[in-house]
Amino acid sequence: MFGTTFILAIRSILRHKLRSILTALGIIIGVAAVVTMVTLGKATTAAVQQQISSLGTNILQVRPGQGFGRGGGGPQPANFDEQDVQAVRDQIAGVIAVAPQAQSSGTAIHEGANATTTVNGTTLDYFRVQPWPLVDGRTWNRAEEQAGKGVCVIGNTVRKNLFNGGDAVGKRLRINGISCDVIGILSTRGQAGFGGDQDDVVIMPIKQVQRRFTGNRDIRLMLVGTDPDYETAQVQAGITSLLRERRNITGGKQDDFNIFDTAQISATLTGTTTLLTQIVAAVAGISLVVGGIGIMNIMLVSVTERTREIGIRLAIGAVASEVLMQFLVEAVVLAMLGGVIGLLLAQFAVAGLSIAGGLPFLFDVQINVIAFAISAIIGVVFGYFPARRAASLNPIDALRHE
Amino acid sequence: MAVAARRAEASVADNPLPLIQLRNVTKVYGEGATQFQALKGIDLDITAGDFVAVMGPSGSGKSTTMNILGCLDVPSSGEFLFNGFHVEQLGRDQRALMRRKYLGFVFQGFNLLARTSALENVELPLVYRGDPKAQRRDAAMAALAKVGLDKWWDHTPAELSGGQQQRVAIARAIVTNPAVLLADEPTGNLDSERSVEIMELLTDLNRTSNITVLMVTHEPDMAEFARTLVHFKDGLIERIEQNDKVPA
Ligand SMILES: Nc1ncnc2c1ncn2[C@@H]1O[C@H](COP(=O)(O)OP(=O)(O)O)[C@@H](O)[C@H]1O
Ligand SMILES: [Mg+2]
Repeated sequence: MFGTTFILAIRSILRHKLRSILTALGIIIGVAAVVTMVTLGKATTAAVQQQISSLGTNILQVRPGQGFGRGGGGPQPANFDEQDVQAVRDQIAGVIAVAPQAQSSGTAIHEGANATTTVNGTTLDYFRVQPWPLVDGRTWNRAEEQAGKGVCVIGNTVRKNLFNGGDAVGKRLRINGISCDVIGILSTRGQAGFGGDQDDVVIMPIKQVQRRFTGNRDIRLMLVGTDPDYETAQVQAGITSLLRERRNITGGKQDDFNIFDTAQISATLTGTTTLLTQIVAAVAGISLVVGGIGIMNIMLVSVTERTREIGIRLAIGAVASEVLMQFLVEAVVLAMLGGVIGLLLAQFAVAGLSIAGGLPFLFDVQINVIAFAISAIIGVVFGYFPARRAASLNPIDALRHE
Repeated sequence: MAVAARRAEASVADNPLPLIQLRNVTKVYGEGATQFQALKGIDLDITAGDFVAVMGPSGSGKSTTMNILGCLDVPSSGEFLFNGFHVEQLGRDQRALMRRKYLGFVFQGFNLLARTSALENVELPLVYRGDPKAQRRDAAMAALAKVGLDKWWDHTPAELSGGQQQRVAIARAIVTNPAVLLADEPTGNLDSERSVEIMELLTDLNRTSNITVLMVTHEPDMAEFARTLVHFKDGLIERIEQNDKVPA
């Protein structure tokens, strides 16, 4: 009996294409909306995670100041110095390496090409605490670091701006009149959501930056690489109490430095984007239910419109359950058809919006399967009532219907 | 076994069991004050192979009787025997199966499925019967050939004239080889020339395929094609006469 009704339902759908499309329209839009929203949400989450993990896991960033909530007035908290770096490295268990950073910016020039860029002074530990391989050349050696030589490793954006993307190792560039020999090229890291272009950087030994650019021995940032076997929270607590002691912060006074745990931020941001995804998905889900009600309405109208047809079928010998099944199968097939069209549209929408928003293109099997299953269920639920009405018609009345 | 068979044959020969028997059938529509008795006690025997024309003024109960005979409706009281079996109190689905197996319908308004080819219209009863596709096609084409429309198999009702549509409807009614063909004013929407063609077709089916034909008509010209004429009046059968011009 299912085979029969399936044939009849398909025939009826194909014979009334416009009516069929209109019936399925709500589902098409609902499924497309749900899948697009959820996929983009997941892509955003993935992008955020990827950006954060590009900063390196097991890294603590230690900065002077009270972090994001730092108030206006008051004296600027002191920067760190060489002794702070050594103390953190030597006295806290679970610390593998500490890379100090001194930052400046300037205009870099090479043979007429020039571009503003960030100058980052650090030590070789910088390359130990985070994964950032070179694609060409080398980093400086111990001797060059000790001497504070004018050598530099440049990011890909600088190579693009100054060297047209070509060979740069062995060439010399000048920043604010200070020259440095390019000895290495960093691999591309990409946009850092919040920190701007991470590849627009010139990295050189910290002594050189302190001597020639900042003019002092201050350290603006410590990148602390931690041992994965240690709890980061524990390491963080150790650093906090050490720095409080070194900076003479006692009693209930607030820290005048902050420690940024990338893993923790990652978890927070992921949680936020996931929640947003769920909210948007719920809104889109409502449109799917509205789509289901659309199916029901048009099916109800259709039952009235097709009263005579139902009468003919009954007179010819269709039993009530066959008429019910036909209308139900019609509703389910239409809903599933709408689901498939919606899924296809969603892939296009996701592709377009991903490109526009600079997100990775994602095909999320789970949400596609779920959306399709829901559209089929909607077909059953909202198709049942009109189908039952069709099946309960009296053949004589139905045949007399105009 | 042999004795029983011989006895059955003998009874058919001596006193053929009518295919259809109505015993004191009444039909009441509505309830209370609006109650209306459309049939007031009908007795009617119809022999297998007969061609019956039901006549009478409008509102005399012809369609009501046809609906009961067609298992589309049930009598309010009385008995309806089909081939000796009581069918007057069958349920909805059992009546549907009776229609599917033994009955074919032709309506005044043709009642074909719109946007559906002649072939698929004729095929429809076989779909419900569950016949395989190839068999369905063959049987439907054969039925269309019987009504002379096999060349028109892929035309939809909108592309066919009224007379052609009614022939497609007849093909649909006979495609299951029913015992009885019920036609309520089959020529009501046709001009006299088309009407005669339809009547000749029904006569031919009655003769060659041995289908019992029950037809309602109020046109005496059309009733001339029938062998038995049943006259209704005010919910009762007024008289039954045999048409001598039609050979038995
Ligand atoms: N479903 C119904 N409800 C109420 N009255 C009906 C119904 N069907 C028929 N009638 C009435 O029963 C009477 C007989 O109707 P019908 O059998 O259709 O007559 P006809 O001989 O014209 O075919 C008419 O008076 C009609 O109004
Ligand atoms: Mg009538």
